Amino acid sequence: MAYRYELRLSGSGGQGLILAGIILAEAAGIYDGKYVCQTQSYGPEARGGASKSEVVISDEEIDYPKAIKPDVLLAMNQKACDTYFFDLKHGGMLIVDSTFVNQLPTTKAIRLPFTSAARKELKKEVVANVVALGALVTLTGVVSLKSLEAALMNRVPPGTEDLNRKALELGIQLAKSHLQGGL
Amino acid sequence: MAELRSGRPLLLQGNEAIVEGALAAGCRFFAGYPITPATEISEMMAYRLPAVGGTYIQMEDEIASLGAVIGASLAGAKSMTATSGPGFSLMQENIGFACIAEVPCVIVNVMRGGPSTGLPTKPSQGDVMQARWGTHGDHPIIVLSVSTTRECFDITVKAFNLSEKYRTPVILLSDEVVAHTREKIQLPHPEEIEVIDRIKPNMPPEWYIPYEDNTRGVPPMAVFGDGYRYHVTGLVHDVRGFPTERADEIKAFLTRIHRKIYQNYFDIIMTEEEHVDDAEVIVITYGAVARSAKRAVREARKRGVKAGMIKLITLWPFPRQALEPHLKRVRAVLVPEMNFGQVSREVKRINQGMTRIEKMNRIDGQLITPDEILTRLLKL
Repeated sequence: MAYRYELRLSGSGGQGLILAGIILAEAAGIYDGKYVCQTQSYGPEARGGASKSEVVISDEEIDYPKAIKPDVLLAMNQKACDTYFFDLKHGGMLIVDSTFVNQLPTTKAIRLPFTSAARKELKKEVVANVVALGALVTLTGVVSLKSLEAALMNRVPPGTEDLNRKALELGIQLAKSHLQGGL
Repeated sequence: MAELRSGRPLLLQGNEAIVEGALAAGCRFFAGYPITPATEISEMMAYRLPAVGGTYIQMEDEIASLGAVIGASLAGAKSMTATSGPGFSLMQENIGFACIAEVPCVIVNVMRGGPSTGLPTKPSQGDVMQARWGTHGDHPIIVLSVSTTRECFDITVKAFNLSEKYRTPVILLSDEVVAHTREKIQLPHPEEIEVIDRIKPNMPPEWYIPYEDNTRGVPPMAVFGDGYRYHVTGLVHDVRGFPTERADEIKAFLTRIHRKIYQNYFDIIMTEEEHVDDAEVIVITYGAVARSAKRAVREARKRGVKAGMIKLITLWPFPRQALEPHLKRVRAVLVPEMNFGQVSREVKRINQGMTRIEKMNRIDGQLITPDEILTRLLKL
């Protein structure tokens, strides 16, 4: 059976989940050389409303471009967590932003405070998506951190490289302290 | 030649690949009005066209957009517009004009849920019949569909080529899933791409008869401003382009514009087959749903069901000859679509009792999944 790894990044419009999906897809496809498809689903609103972005990574050409049973679910708010948790593959990884997700559907969930950490450490909530990305990649190893950083630097607006690099590092640290049982 | 982004892998949306395909095919004029889920095409064209000496205009609406495209094409530029359902409805009148005046142009319709403003951000395949019959009167039309980012590039080039070759509008049907799926692709080098240009008159202007028949049924097309004066009208016209009410001229004209498409049927028809040779059941599919079908067919094979699929790239003229041999042979056919049954209706029409046709439909703004198709395939 060919390798097929599926990630779903979900939350509300404006949280930068589609951009996070694009960065992850570029890291996997352009820098790590895998086959990749990134899809998205969002409402007609500019901000708010449900937003979801999916990345499928494979070592062969991808037929169905969306996630069938995600290996990883990132939920950046409670509604996304409630809606999508039951799609998760058995034994799949649930990562939630504990800033907005209080009710956990499983004791195996990984709770990390992406938004509040971004606010506290970097004074910018807007990079919560990059913090989450850093943590997600550290926890899953789905792409190399080097590829992720290269893809990130290629996509962020000029002048924000430093902020984004710090956000990425913050995410990596959050994940590392989780792995060491710290959080 | 446009600065093409070929040679290195890129992560591109279907919509972006359409833009790259258009530029590679020589498109140098775009007029449009942005609309979800086709907006990225306008956006990218606005950014890319000026760099290659082309022109981008954002018009006041979709009626004017296609009007500008037709004008630019008459003036010699390969031209395109892109829209979605509501805009496509507005374009119908000018699509008829492009058909009767035989003006090459490419109209991209990224299908979203309808009717009316419907579901802006959700996919659908509800415009298949509108693409064929949306403009009034008997008219020939070529309609192509895409299902992957790579096809968005390749089939856009094809759309321009067919449009130039046969002096006809070509409609390219995409859908929200294909439009917004980003995939890693490597664009071909310019020298690998076949680009066809319209035939221009090679006689002196005073000898030019703009709508005179020939073996191809496609008269040479003069560029406005090159000294070849001729009349362009939406009225049925004689060989010189002037309105006529003579029965023999009307019949000759309408027959010719149909003949030029149908006598080249095999040049226009494009389908893709997978596992059909020994198939007992087949899926006839197009657009984003073809991707689900492909996976479903592979899964069915793993479970010992001899399943196959035929993906339609050309939707109109309907690829009857490509399907008939299979309809004669297989036990059953499944036609999954994101509408209430538009292509399935056509498959039933050509089937004439040869096999059993089952339709499968979703109209809730969601892509049909491989599992849903597999479940039906196993029961066929």
